[in-house]
Amino acid sequence: MPVIEITQTVDARGLSCPMPIVKTAQAVKTLPSGAALELLATDAGSIKDVAAWCKATGNELVEQSSDATVYRFVIRKK
Amino acid sequence: MDEPLNLVLFSGTDDKLQAAAVLTAGAAALGKPVNIFLQYWALDAFRAEKIGQDHGLAPEAGSAGRAAVDDLAAAGQAPWAETLRQAKDLGEVDIQACSLSMDLLKLESTDLDPLVDGVEGVTAFYLNAGEGQVVFI
Repeated sequence: MPVIEITQTVDARGLSCPMPIVKTAQAVKTLPSGAALELLATDAGSIKDVAAWCKATGNELVEQSSDATVYRFVIRKK
Repeated sequence: MDEPLNLVLFSGTDDKLQAAAVLTAGAAALGKPVNIFLQYWALDAFRAEKIGQDHGLAPEAGSAGRAAVDDLAAAGQAPWAETLRQAKDLGEVDIQACSLSMDLLKLESTDLDPLVDGVEGVTAFYLNAGEGQVVFI
């Protein structure tokens, strides 16, 4: 699997809904098209929320993983 | 996503205002415009000198609800006014005071927190609401 170069990381660990998505949307606004953003979150709702947000906004969810406590997402700006 | 979400805020307790702020921020993150119309006790909570104060919780919260809300705040949940500020930075969020409620509470525009964009009547609210949903909280 090719390694994705992360342009920016949003650390939303410890933040409750909807802040992971709000911080993600704020950060994506400032990135150029094609740039990859990494999001770290602990809000369990973020699994469905990030997927829904990407679907609605046209940005691509390219990676998703989790360990015991942290969800990690990589989003490529359209 | 083009039709706005229209929230009529009536209740002035922190739990209902927090719920409204979360709905607003979520819509703003999706690029959906949000119109907020402040009536009665919700408008009272947006007074500049009161916005940062404790506005209590809905009666159904009880003492267990109070403890749960306090736990979330201690864990770092932003107060509702801060969530609304972030939503306004992110998207198209317009907050208007109901002119009738302004009269009821004997308020002037200068009494309100800068989060409030203006004062309007219910007709202007409906006009801006367009075909979007209207939610009463």
